[in-house]
Amino acid sequence: MAETREKLVDVKNLKKYFPLKNSMFKKGNQVVKAVDDVSFHIYKGETFGLVGESGCGKSTLGRTLNRLYDPTAGEICFDGNDIASLNNKQLQPYRKRIQMIFQDPYSSLNPYMTVEEIIDEPLEIHTRLSKGERKKIILDILEKVGLKKEDMEKFPHEFSGGQRQRIGIARALSTNPDFIICDEAISALDVSIQAQVINMLEDLQKELNLTYLFVAHDLSMVRHISDRIGVMYLGKMVEISKSDELYAKPLHPYTQALLSAIPIPDPIKAQNSKREIITGELPSPIEMEKGCRFRARCPFAKPICAEVDPTLKEVEDGHFVACHLY
Amino acid sequence: MAGEKNRKIEKIKSELKRNKTATFTILFLVLIILLAIFAFLSPFPPNKVDVLNVLQGPNSKHLFGTDELGRDYLTRALYGGRVSLTVGILAMLISSSIGVLVGTVSGYFGGRIDNFLMRTVDIISSIPWMILVTVVSIFLTPGLKAIILVIGLFTWMSTARMVRAETLSIKEREYVLYAKSSGQSIRKVIWKHIIPAVFPTFIVASTVSIANAILMESALSFLGLGIQQPLSSWGSMLQNAQGNLGNAPYMAILPGLLIVLTVFSFNKLGDILRAIVEPKTNGK
Amino acid sequence: MSSNIEEKSNLLEVKKLRTSFYDGKSKLEAVRGIDFTVKKGEVLGIVGESGSGKSVMVKSILGIIPTNAKIDAGEIILDGKHIENLSKKDKRAIRGREIAMIFQDPMTALNPLKKAGDHLVELLIRVRGMKKKEAKNEAIELLRMVGIPSPETRVNQYPHEFSGGMRQRVLIAMALACNPKLLIADEPTTALDVTIQAQILELLKKLQTENDMSVVLITHDLGVVATICSRILVMYAGMVMEEGMAHEIFYSPKHPYTKALINSIPRVDGEKTRLKPIKGSAPSLTKVAKGCPFAERCELAIDKCFTEMPVYKSFSSTQKCMCFLAGEGDKLDG
Repeated sequence: MAETREKLVDVKNLKKYFPLKNSMFKKGNQVVKAVDDVSFHIYKGETFGLVGESGCGKSTLGRTLNRLYDPTAGEICFDGNDIASLNNKQLQPYRKRIQMIFQDPYSSLNPYMTVEEIIDEPLEIHTRLSKGERKKIILDILEKVGLKKEDMEKFPHEFSGGQRQRIGIARALSTNPDFIICDEAISALDVSIQAQVINMLEDLQKELNLTYLFVAHDLSMVRHISDRIGVMYLGKMVEISKSDELYAKPLHPYTQALLSAIPIPDPIKAQNSKREIITGELPSPIEMEKGCRFRARCPFAKPICAEVDPTLKEVEDGHFVACHLY
Repeated sequence: MAGEKNRKIEKIKSELKRNKTATFTILFLVLIILLAIFAFLSPFPPNKVDVLNVLQGPNSKHLFGTDELGRDYLTRALYGGRVSLTVGILAMLISSSIGVLVGTVSGYFGGRIDNFLMRTVDIISSIPWMILVTVVSIFLTPGLKAIILVIGLFTWMSTARMVRAETLSIKEREYVLYAKSSGQSIRKVIWKHIIPAVFPTFIVASTVSIANAILMESALSFLGLGIQQPLSSWGSMLQNAQGNLGNAPYMAILPGLLIVLTVFSFNKLGDILRAIVEPKTNGK
Repeated sequence: MSSNIEEKSNLLEVKKLRTSFYDGKSKLEAVRGIDFTVKKGEVLGIVGESGSGKSVMVKSILGIIPTNAKIDAGEIILDGKHIENLSKKDKRAIRGREIAMIFQDPMTALNPLKKAGDHLVELLIRVRGMKKKEAKNEAIELLRMVGIPSPETRVNQYPHEFSGGMRQRVLIAMALACNPKLLIADEPTTALDVTIQAQILELLKKLQTENDMSVVLITHDLGVVATICSRILVMYAGMVMEEGMAHEIFYSPKHPYTKALINSIPRVDGEKTRLKPIKGSAPSLTKVAKGCPFAERCELAIDKCFTEMPVYKSFSSTQKCMCFLAGEGDKLDG
């Protein structure tokens, strides 16, 4: 069963608040609760998908996990050690094991560096290898991601979007990490190229026994690549489930709305399906009232939803939902 | 994005073709720099006094005449150009280095450091530079070194502001985030990722600051606070010409013209570089 | 359904349109000879990846291409009148009155210093010659029509007080203000979240049927076209690879590119299988090859594909495709 599997990442009650600058006329310390009391774990070797609409805090969560942001409170256990409050020096060994792939293949690579220099950067930080040894590793990785030896000398602008994303992946792989955070890693690519990159990520996962956190807003792609999925809404995790189960039987009203909003590339299905289009938009993340954050848009809201903030509970085996309906 | 380098070269070419003033300014700058470097080829030593031929108007022997001590005026103007250009370039190097350093540090760290540095910039910029320079030059022995230092130390503020603004946007780019997340040291993040990206801004700013430094040097020398005899610069030549304006007006024209054209050319060069660096403002 | 569409008359006809970008000596052929029609009252989807020329094509029709681009050839006929050679002034008159456009980025399309309502009011005064008061009432009505709650207060708010989805609704209201015959929507939902995208698509569809407009929807998202388009053009490298009714494109695609595109996307319905990507990447448009632009990435390409440009073959009165191999035996129907 799932419980016997080893957890690589175990997040407990993680919070990340961003302070807002006080304006001249408003007093008090306003904060944006980008990640608010989130707990979940990722097993070794699996892909955990994190979905939600813009502003839900999924990217912030990803960036807090690898300590690009300092958490406000909570624990981030990586392979058994809490890294939430380590300082930069103590973090260094973990930085080698946690790598990141970014969204924009145009801004994630330094345009003034060659491919070799780009991939060499993490190697230089984390290994004591000589230049020649590092070059060998770089050649190896380039081959793995389907780039050529000659590409080492080139600059990022000489590549297409898909190839640039491969360079980003090569850079992440260079330190031989255990855990890779893919922050919207394919969103900026063309459909036909997305499939190339996804297939490669899947192959690399098998070959190198990698664990992925896949942050994305494209729900069809997340379903395809993830073993388990977490759905976020306004800084909260509202549902966690195995990926097939989530799409077959979404429990949280928000998840249901989100899934039914996906346009299906099939005219008959798409034009005949009854879509539950939720009305309204995301409320402001600053003036958060008590109670469930989704209740204003929720068709099933009850009086209790305005009073008590629901917490995640396991409704079925491995299927967690934060909703008063269950 | 593809072929960025080639496109830039193409752009420079088309910019030059389109913009005849630009072609002229670049040719002029190359010419004036070459003339200043090879000034020693002139048949007249710059400081040779020739009392028999004082204040001669332009003639076939002395193309731009001689000054009140009989020195060949063109030769002196070229040697003066050496001084003016040296001051311009060295002062630019000082002010740009400080500006880039303060700007990147301020932008990258933000918070209190940013506040402190930017308020310092505000304070220094709010004092009229002429007063500042005059006061400081009292404490320094006047001369080439002093004037380069003084100009360099009090003109870096606008570069710092520009670089800071640029840094603010660059530090949010994903390659900088990656470097941070993979544990790169702050010093190296700035050196490898921030500085190269602000370089275009820096180039544009520095051409303008050369022009400004040349102007400031001229003004200071004109006021007698700058270059001292027997060394001459275009500014000090202008001051010199003041006394002879009645009987030898040509003495004011040559250095004045050189200052105007050089400053104009550097400013124009800045415009061209800006057009190449910032594609959005180009061609519209 | 298809016979119904055939009977409808053409609103817009584009013939042999070619548009290129010029940069110094180099020439980039963004649109390479495109023929298509938009019928009255239909929703036409134009699908293509980045660099397929879909945006440049509609911008050419509207006469709003960038200064370094030029329409090299082609005819554009709107409602029986040629509009390709009109003066800038006349073209401007057509935009807004007869053709309206909404863009991808609702953040930059509105002037941040002007109230949302004033954008509409000015347009109504300028184009429909209304009085100020009348225009304001009409603006409120328009905002109501595009589903903006409490339009009476919203009309006086500034763009930054609107969310992305709401701004897109304001832009749609602006597009509809002049009762255009044709609405061109260039990736109208790409910058929006899925739930908001669903709302906007629903709105577009509703307004289209109510006002009997023609809509051209440009997108890279096959899910979006399947949801609201009746007819589809598939573009690649500045050319139309295939054209057909939505069900023809999705259920019996003829062109290898269309097939590959449909196969390369994961679906939320159905089995999870390994994705089938299209190899390689989009071709350069500065050095255009002689043959089929897709040949290099095509699994089925034969020698002829690299040297000769294929011609269109018709498969029904509505479906045609540009491929030597299409319809030749079973090779393509796997």
